Formats: sequence, C-alpha cells, structure tokens
Amino acid sequence: MKKVRKRADIDKITLSIIGYVTLTILAIFCIVPFLLVISASLSDESSIIEKGFQIIPSTFSTEAYRLLFEYPGEMLRAYGVTISVTLIGTVVGLFLTSMTAYVLSRRDFEWRNRFSFYFFFTTLFSGGLVPSYLLIINFLQLKDTLLVLILPMLMNVFYIIVMKSFMSSIPDAITESAKIDGAGDFRIFMQLIIPLSKPALATIGLFIALAYWNDWYNALLYISKSDLMPLQYYLYKMLGNMDGMRKAMMSSGAVVNSDLPTESLKMAMTIVATGPILLAYPFIQKYFVQGLTIGAVKG
Amino acid sequence: MKQNKYGFWHKVKKNRTLLLMLTPAVLFFLVFAYVPMAGIVLAFKQYNYSGGIFNSPWNGLDNFKFFFGSGDAWRVTRNTALYNIAFIIINNVLQIFAGILLFEVAGKWFRKITQTILFLPYFISWVVVGAIAYNLFNFDVGTLNVLLKGLGMQPIDIYNTASYWPLILIVVSAWKALGYGTIMYLAAITSIDTEMYEAAQIDGANIFQRIMKITVPNLIPTVIILVLLAIGNIFRGDFGMFYNMVGNNGLLFSNTDVIDTFVFRSLTTSNEIGMSAAAGFYQSLLGFATIMFANYAVRKYDKDRALF
Repeated sequence: MKKVRKRADIDKITLSIIGYVTLTILAIFCIVPFLLVISASLSDESSIIEKGFQIIPSTFSTEAYRLLFEYPGEMLRAYGVTISVTLIGTVVGLFLTSMTAYVLSRRDFEWRNRFSFYFFFTTLFSGGLVPSYLLIINFLQLKDTLLVLILPMLMNVFYIIVMKSFMSSIPDAITESAKIDGAGDFRIFMQLIIPLSKPALATIGLFIALAYWNDWYNALLYISKSDLMPLQYYLYKMLGNMDGMRKAMMSSGAVVNSDLPTESLKMAMTIVATGPILLAYPFIQKYFVQGLTIGAVKG
Repeated sequence: MKQNKYGFWHKVKKNRTLLLMLTPAVLFFLVFAYVPMAGIVLAFKQYNYSGGIFNSPWNGLDNFKFFFGSGDAWRVTRNTALYNIAFIIINNVLQIFAGILLFEVAGKWFRKITQTILFLPYFISWVVVGAIAYNLFNFDVGTLNVLLKGLGMQPIDIYNTASYWPLILIVVSAWKALGYGTIMYLAAITSIDTEMYEAAQIDGANIFQRIMKITVPNLIPTVIILVLLAIGNIFRGDFGMFYNMVGNNGLLFSNTDVIDTFVFRSLTTSNEIGMSAAAGFYQSLLGFATIMFANYAVRKYDKDRALF
C-alpha cells in the first residue's frame, strides 16, 4: 500500500514538473513578442537602427509617445470610428445572437432543427468574396459608410452555436414555470434567460467586441474615405506608409536618422491601437471556462 | 391537405413570438449568406459593369478555363490545403496538451497567470502580428538577424526567401490560436465527471493512466466537433494572417499564396471579376465536398459524433 502511494506521488511530481516547465515555456513564447514591441516603442530610434529590436531598451525614450499624443488628429478620429463601431456592433450583435440562440435552444419549438440547419448551412457553403463584394458595393450601396463596418460582422453562426449550447443547459423547468405564470416568450428571454446566461454573454460579447476592434478587412475592402478609417486599418496604412517613407528617404540618400523616429513610432502606435481591448480581458476571464462549452453543437 | 394547412398556420400563430425573435437572424443570413450564393452565376459570366450580375453575357466555363490554365490553381489549392492540415493537427495537439497541463498543475495563481498570457496573442489584430513579425524578421534591424550577427553568423533575408515561410506561418498560427483552443479544451476537461477520476484512483490508476484513459477519450467529442468545423474551412485561408504576414510580396507566392489571397488579388488589383468568382466558387465547392466527406466518415465511425 505504501509503495503504491509513493509511486503515485512520484507520478504527480513528474507531471507537475512537466506542467510547470512546459506552460512556462509556452507563456514566454506568448509574451516575448509583446515585450519586444513595448521595448521598441520606448527605445531611442538610433539605438533600434544600430542594435535592432531588443527586449530591454538600451536607451530609453518616450519621444514616440510624445509625438503620437502631440499630433493625434487622424489617430483620434480612427479611435472614434473603432469605438463607435465596436460599441454598436457588440450591443446589437450580442442581443441578436443571444435571442436567436434562445429560440434555437427551446426544446418545445417545433422547427428548431430546420432553423438551426438554415443557419448552419452558411458555414458549409458560401458564395465567396466576389458576390458579397458586389452585393455590398452595388446593391446595398454601403461603400464608405459606417454601416459597412458593422453589418457584415453582426452575427456569426459559431457564436450562436456556443450560446445555444450554454442556454440548453438552463433547466426547462424555469421556462415552463414562467409560462404558467403568464410570461410571454420574449419576456422570459429578457428577464430570466439573459441574467442566467452571464458567463456566455460575457465570453461571446468579448469575442464580438474583439472582432470589431481588430477588424481591418472590411475597411480594406469598403472604406476609402480617410475619416471613416477604423483604428486597425489606419495602423495598417501607417505601418506601410512610414515604411515607404523610410525607403524613399534611404534611396534618395537622405540621412536615415532623421527627425521622425519611424520604427519606435510604429511600435507606439501598435501599443495604443491594441491597449484598450487587452484591458477588458482580465475582467471577463473568470467567465471563460464556463462560457465556452461546446458540448452539444448539433442542431 | 386542408387540415395540414390549418395546422401550419395554427403553429405559426402559436409560435409567433419565437418566430418574430428569429426574424432578424433569418434576414441577416438571407442577405449576407444566401443572396451571395446566388451570385455564383458570376463564375459563368463575362462580367461588365453596365450589365451587372444579371445582364452580363454568359461565357460558359471560360472563367474556369482561365483560372485552371493560369497555372496558379494547383499552387494555391496545394498551399491552402497543406497549410490548413498542418494548422489543424499542430494547433489541436498543442492546445489539448496545454489544456490538460493547465488542468493538472496545482498552483492557482500560476494557472491564472499562464492562462492570461497564453490568451494574449489571440487579442491582437493580424495587422499588429504583421508588425511584430516584421520586427523579428526584418533584414536590417530585425531581432533574429541582430542575434545571428551577434553570434558571428550571416543574416538571413527572410522576406526574400520563400522556403522559410511554411515554418513561420505554422508557428505564428499556433502562437495566435494557442490560448483560445486551450481554454476551449480546458472547459471540456472541467465538465468531465470527477467521479470517474475518483473511481480510477481507487482502482490504482496513476495520473498518466488517468489522463490517457479518461481525459483524452472524454475530449474526443470536442476534438471531433472542432476539427470537423475546421475541415469545412480547409480550403479557406486565414486571409488576415496571410495578407498581413506576407502582403503582396510576389517573391514568396510559391509558398504563401492561398486561394483567398489569390481571389482578393484578382478582384482588387487585376479586376478579373469573372475569374475570381470562378476561383471562389471552386473554393466553396472543395470546402463543401471535404466537409461532407469528413462528416460521412465520422458518421460511419459513430453516428452521434457527426455534425449532421
């Protein structure tokens, strides 16, 4: 008996060692690139050019951030676009996703499987980029509008599925007893199901917000006006532009080490464009494991 | 017949609130998913702007002939499929491994902190990932080359060498997806009945046997669902990833061009609407066939595990 116990202890220790070591290595891999970016944004431009990007800046400088906050013009506008799109998209998208998921989770709803398949089929087959592009540009006339940044991403079948499987785990008795008390379906959804679905709502809400915050693809396709550019697309443009600028300066024989700290400025911009969405994560993390169960995907 | 009809409208009336609640979603997918499916006819037309989708003349299979004749078709198909197969296998194995370890390590704080850090890459946009990659691999000031030079080795010109890119893209994909998948699997592990573990312990199973005999088999339904969903996308590249990592760098196309980037390029830069629609249709068909086949295979093995 004692021997068996000892074996078990050794196994446990072995597993712990493997676990701690592997997870630490993976975590280092995940965090080092961020440290590189932060460090580069706080480095003196000349030291980047001389020594490359480093994890600890050899010469510390906040010049890039100073420039960024001194001339925020375009960036501020891009921020405004992204924040409005994210807010509207997340609130409306989350509402519609959960409402749809609720109906599909109702076991007494006779056509739930048919509707589930109607939604699910869109993940199996699609018209592709070209028809969607022409639809949005020609028929819906959404080019260069805020709506084009919101509408195409409003709902996602996978989120409906995750939400539905969460709601399926809420006991039917709740819905039934509320019905007996005379509550309508919509009221049951708003007053009973929504409060009970907090973990799933938090998780899916964060994912929807993240998708909107990080979206640059719809802007790449459909936005040409500079005052409608969302943050990530603006960042994309600036990263390309400054690079072009530097190349042009180099080929024309100018001193590379000019006034504009392009490399550190790029990195500072990256930080400013990423920051806010990262801050939301720790508050929602506690719901994640509960909210993300996808056991019963089937329609 | 008549009674049936009455029955149908009666049911509609009975479920009117629920149906009303579904209406926005039904309309949304109608407009943004089903209507574009009808646009597939474009693949068989010679698109011109005055005629639009419906009045442009038909040109049979010419768009497909052009696409397959261009020599790009095989390259982009192969790249797309190989990348996605590698992503599916490597990412899932890594995520399951990390999920199990995260579940088994004891330290609560350690678990929380690593979980948070592993999720970090998932939160940044591909634009930012592209910028980070550029910092690492840039010829002049990239971290990698600075390190190599420091060791007295020759710097490598990654942005001009196609053969490095499969490895880079696979690592980046694993890096970005790690946290999300790990939590997905962790959620699945957490919902395993703890009684099974207790029973196994009483029977004298060691911790590794418990993992191999209980945890892993219990994860199979989740694995199958996630893999089946991923297989449906096997001919769809992650456009954001390829576009931001590689951009329009033609030197790398032999190893990095996927169907999505090809379609995007033919639509936006060369304006070949008919051909890009044909390529898009080809992509959808391949994807559809693959998922049907995979689902059929899973059904044969275990009916309950299939998607539909």
